Amino acid sequence: MTMAPDLDSPRTAVANPPVQPMESNLGQGDVVRSSAGGPVAENPRDLTDVAKLIDVSKCIGCKACQTACVEWNDTHPEIGINVGIYENPLDLTPEMYTLMRFTEYDNPDTGDFEWLIRKDGCMHCVDPGCLKACPAPGAIVQYSNGIVDFISENCIGCGYCISGCPFDIPRLSPTQHVVKKCTLCSDRVAVGQGPACAKACPTQAITFGTKDDMTALAAERIEDLKSRGYDNAGLYDPQGVGGTHVMYVLHHADKPSLYSGLPDDPKISDVVEGWKGPTKPVGIAAVGLAAVGAAAMALFTRSRVTPQDEAEATELVQEEMRGSGQPDDRGTV
Amino acid sequence: MTNSWTDIKNTDLVIVMGGNAAEAHPCGFKWVTEAKHHRGAKLIVVDPRFTRTASVSDYYAPIRPGTDITFLMGMIRWMIENDKVQWSYVKAFTNASFLVKEEFGWSDGLFTGYDEEKRDYDRSSWEYQLGEDGFALTDPTLQHPRCVWNLLKAHVDAYTPEMVERVCGTPKERFLKIAEMIGECSSPTKTMTSMYALGWTQHSKGSQNIRGMAMLQLILGNIGVPGGGMNALRGHSNIQGLTDIGLMSNLIPGYLNIPTEKEPDWETYMKSRQFKPLLPGQTSYWQNYSKFMVSFQKSMWGDAATAENDWAYHYLPKLDVPAYDMLRMFELMDQGKVNLYFCQGFNPLLALSNRGKNTSALSKLKLLVVMDPLQTETARFWENHGAFNDVDPSAIQTEVIELPTSCFAEDEGALVNSGRWLQWHWAAAEPPGQAKHDTWIMAQIFLRVRELYAAEGGAFPDPILNLTWPYADPSTPMPDELAREMNGTALADVTDPADPTKVLTAAGKQVKSFAELRDDGSTACGCWIYSGCFNEDGNNMARRDNSDPSGLGVHSNWAWSWPLNRRTLYNRASADLDGKPWDPERALLSWNGERWEGFDVPDIAPTAKPGEVMPFIMNPEGVSRLFSRGMMRDGPFPTHMEPFESPVQNVFNDRMRGNPVARMFESDAATLGTSDEFPFVATSYRLTEHFHYWTKHNKVNAAMQPEFFVEISEELAAEKGIQRGGKVRVWSKRGEVWAKALVTKRIKPLTCDGKTVHVVGIPLHWGFVGAAKKGWGPNSLTPAVGDANIETPEFKAFLVNIEPATGEALA
Repeated sequence: MTMAPDLDSPRTAVANPPVQPMESNLGQGDVVRSSAGGPVAENPRDLTDVAKLIDVSKCIGCKACQTACVEWNDTHPEIGINVGIYENPLDLTPEMYTLMRFTEYDNPDTGDFEWLIRKDGCMHCVDPGCLKACPAPGAIVQYSNGIVDFISENCIGCGYCISGCPFDIPRLSPTQHVVKKCTLCSDRVAVGQGPACAKACPTQAITFGTKDDMTALAAERIEDLKSRGYDNAGLYDPQGVGGTHVMYVLHHADKPSLYSGLPDDPKISDVVEGWKGPTKPVGIAAVGLAAVGAAAMALFTRSRVTPQDEAEATELVQEEMRGSGQPDDRGTV
Repeated sequence: MTNSWTDIKNTDLVIVMGGNAAEAHPCGFKWVTEAKHHRGAKLIVVDPRFTRTASVSDYYAPIRPGTDITFLMGMIRWMIENDKVQWSYVKAFTNASFLVKEEFGWSDGLFTGYDEEKRDYDRSSWEYQLGEDGFALTDPTLQHPRCVWNLLKAHVDAYTPEMVERVCGTPKERFLKIAEMIGECSSPTKTMTSMYALGWTQHSKGSQNIRGMAMLQLILGNIGVPGGGMNALRGHSNIQGLTDIGLMSNLIPGYLNIPTEKEPDWETYMKSRQFKPLLPGQTSYWQNYSKFMVSFQKSMWGDAATAENDWAYHYLPKLDVPAYDMLRMFELMDQGKVNLYFCQGFNPLLALSNRGKNTSALSKLKLLVVMDPLQTETARFWENHGAFNDVDPSAIQTEVIELPTSCFAEDEGALVNSGRWLQWHWAAAEPPGQAKHDTWIMAQIFLRVRELYAAEGGAFPDPILNLTWPYADPSTPMPDELAREMNGTALADVTDPADPTKVLTAAGKQVKSFAELRDDGSTACGCWIYSGCFNEDGNNMARRDNSDPSGLGVHSNWAWSWPLNRRTLYNRASADLDGKPWDPERALLSWNGERWEGFDVPDIAPTAKPGEVMPFIMNPEGVSRLFSRGMMRDGPFPTHMEPFESPVQNVFNDRMRGNPVARMFESDAATLGTSDEFPFVATSYRLTEHFHYWTKHNKVNAAMQPEFFVEISEELAAEKGIQRGGKVRVWSKRGEVWAKALVTKRIKPLTCDGKTVHVVGIPLHWGFVGAAKKGWGPNSLTPAVGDANIETPEFKAFLVNIEPATGEALA
């Protein structure tokens, strides 16, 4: 199924998508949340929630998703080295938004060896920690279909979103000074196509559609896995971040961390919550900012926030507070 | 493949052994995940390494490289012992009941007739007992001690689960668990599919590995049925097409043979090919051989091929050896007996075993011509790249000419997939720079050679001067012109043999199929098995209707498959002796009392009565072969043979090294190593991130898997003091490589015949040109010995040593 006129989002990347050119169907008019008080749509359409389902039990770790991601997004991951593992590039980078991660696991319960392969990338949280942490107005937005998008022209490259992300996904580009991550191919979704990774996946381990449909498909897959002896098979849609728009079918849903450290119970860091969450008065957040920033830096070595970034961010936030007198996001979680 | 990719969704059990479908055929592997998801199919993987295919399997068992025959014979033994046999199928559709000559036997690892001197068998005893009427003697009760079934039972008796564990290193309980899973598929309503590839072919007994599984599938009644079959996953996108159109030194299109010196005339040649039926009433389709052969000769030489000159039989070369396979060619080259080597779409410097010998051989040529869309190492074999290609250019006099060609996306034509589908595709772009289509280049060469022959005569100009060259623009044969030629044309009216007044196809028209080919010179056909691909209905290969009324993935109107658009070979065997489908849920064909009907093109005459005409129409027996007579050089049953380089001795005969009838050149025998010096078993393979030596040119693929590595177990790493990600040196009797060490739990030490056996995995995607980091291929290490029947090199089992690398050999 594709972009039938009565549908507001493509339902699946499995079937052939439309081949006729079409106008972008996703944009500022659908923005329901925006970082640091950035603009949101006055009367956003209530788009159907979408989701990408990654069924690790069907994934063969072929990296077609990685290559499709590179080609669609026109990124240029470096030709690196082998350090004795199958992952390449070795980690997510500003040029590599998704990554197959491989875990060798001797299952103590069955005595069997398992090779757990998981496609890592942005989870598109219902309650996105990156957006909450971001001090740059409009640099991170969430559309009403759930996609969390980075708007590079508004990004100041401070790296706070990295601190805010419970999944350690965004990566700062040292050359472009912006942070990059998977957009769930919002530009493809806007024209009736599923994400590039789902289109390229040869085994339909990656599928895309409405969150309801993907949840139903997951249920079918979980039943199959249970019939094969995976008693703890289940759906990973962690409620600590309000659920996600990228979900996993796991054979061992009771132990997500087996899969290259997928968080068992991801939550937005208290630091970030305290800093910018809607539950805290704005004044406290602003006053505590410098200390919080330092704490965030200590916590998240990857954020690469320079003192200058820090200062700029502080200034921006303070300006925001002074200017609008409004909470820094819509606070509609 | 006997079946098609889309048919795999019908299976109940997939066994991937001798292959790694998820990594080497990821797109086709979708049909495995489909079968698992929607049919509840199970997946078994048997492999020396826990592969990415194993990562999605239901059950995995390790095996020592090169011991598959033991595993498979053990499986057959278990099926017989536990009565997991599809009896109706075995009795009716195999040669189980055929009586074999009294002289035939097996002992000490060898069949009767072995001549150690010649390294060959006298195969005369490997034959049926024939009656006075010329038909084979049979005992349908299977009681006769000389019937194939009883000989098979005796043959596999040694392959107990304990023997499997001893030889293969496969833990007994894992073997037994797999046996139970497979045994379920002896039910007429349950099927197993075998997916294999170079993990079985690249052995000195590769053909026998495949025979072993084919026999198991026959015993389970799984050949010809939906979701069953022997499914060879071809290694390149059009390698099926390559074999189909006879790009081997001993073949001509459609699996016809180049004559040998022992067949100096047409009559002698034909005598050994038109097999008479071995049982009454059987089809023995090769009786039509002369129709295909004469039509081929007419396609090649037109009016110059006449009844009077035996269809220009004298134009065909006559082989003085069984085949000029690549191992032989490089041996001859290395002996200085080859002047010019034309290398089209082939990178032998890295693709052929024993690289040192390849370099030496290429250095002795006068001229090397390389046609390829990409820069290849072969074209630059003379360039010094430090340790990666350590040659002295000043000492190499070979002239090298590179002719850049178009790549597949710049060509129009058909690619033949593993399932025998000829799928037409259109050019997406113009070739860049000076690159030209292969057909254009070949045409230029041919036209110039023909001019020279016309001007200067020469020893034998006729085959060149008289070659049919009917293309609108002789310098540019077009894909559709070539396809129409392969389909075949009526040169005179083709009439119905039953009613000569009825014209089936008028002169000048495309024949409908090979059923219309004649051996009187009235038809021309370039490749009989492709006949029907481009007839008067048009280009059937370009069809794109994906509807599937069968629900079984038949897709009859999508592209075209050989033969006759048949999607499952031997499909008549999907129904029982009365013509009723074994499994009503997966009914492909059935007998309606008068003819065969169903979703696929019947693989039998449409009115051939069930119970009378048996399904395996290409065999003179009409049935399939559990005992393959003298058809294979190394035995009518598969028997355990060690790789030429093995850590243990053959348990049946400690004097036997490798396959006793594999051809071995003296120079190569001298380069075999032993386990004293080279204690570890190495095996080579592809990774899913790359395709052979091509994709290292692509920056995206190169980023996904940038650098040469070898895989070893944690135990071997500990024993040798090798760190994960550290550099290692790996060497064999023939050469050495340096690589990163990937230390993994996915390879575990095996215990074989009381010895600990470590496996070293060596992927094959690196060389010294392209975007990826420079590296080596496994062929720096592999021995130059091939399969006894088809000379496929033994890339999958050889001996190496390994140590942490000192110094900076890596760039």
